[in-house]
Amino acid sequence: MSFTVKKAGDVTIFEVEGTLIVGNRQELKQKVLEEIEGGARKVLVDFEKTTYIDSSGLGVLVSLAKKIRESGGDLRLANLNDDLQTLFELTKLDTLFQISESRDRALESF
Amino acid sequence: MGPSPMGPGPMPFEMEFPSDIGYIEAAVAQVVRRCEAASFPGRHLAFHIPVAVTEALSNAILRGNGEDASKSVRLRVVVDAHSLVVEVEDDGSGFDLDACTLDPTTIDNLGREDGRGLFLMRRLMDSVEQFRARGNVVRMTLRRRSSDDRAA
Repeated sequence: MSFTVKKAGDVTIFEVEGTLIVGNRQELKQKVLEEIEGGARKVLVDFEKTTYIDSSGLGVLVSLAKKIRESGGDLRLANLNDDLQTLFELTKLDTLFQISESRDRALESF
Repeated sequence: MGPSPMGPGPMPFEMEFPSDIGYIEAAVAQVVRRCEAASFPGRHLAFHIPVAVTEALSNAILRGNGEDASKSVRLRVVVDAHSLVVEVEDDGSGFDLDACTLDPTTIDNLGREDGRGLFLMRRLMDSVEQFRARGNVVRMTLRRRSSDDRAA
């Protein structure tokens, strides 16, 4: 997994490329937490280039959503492919996160 | 490992590696590659198999072996035209599969950071069994034909 951090106005965007699984989830968590400590409050994770996510990856997203909310911010997700959408529906995490079908839609939603 | 549920048939693929989560992705790629060669559907290759195998290996390393790198994990895979059977064995003392499978979709559990692994394995594969052999074994079976019938 690799990820890229971008800014769009006051939104910090994390593009996740490859897998988000038990072996690499801490990298994403650490980087997002650093951005929050640096003042980021609107955070978007873009999964356009993500292959699959396991339960540990989902757990990190849940954890980050809590921390960002406690900081007065918001975590939103975008660009889930059909399999990732199914994953979120199976676990009902689609009810916990605001998920947009595209990055532009997500940016508009903040 | 325990007896193959398939009897004489394709040669199983086996690998053993130290109890380190850094090995998971490469091991999963090996399983997917064999299923791809057996013409499993794309959704199985991109979703069901990698997620379920990652969960099984993760459980073996983190829980079964307590992330003790001096212990090992053994992976055994049998693929044919009809099904995939994956066995993951750790050096732990085992667990109660039903008791440990939470429903992460309840209101009480939805906000939990953990507890989705076994649930996903059981939703994405056709069967998940657990038994004792040399160590603790989790066996997962995915039938190719059922792919379009599953909820996932």
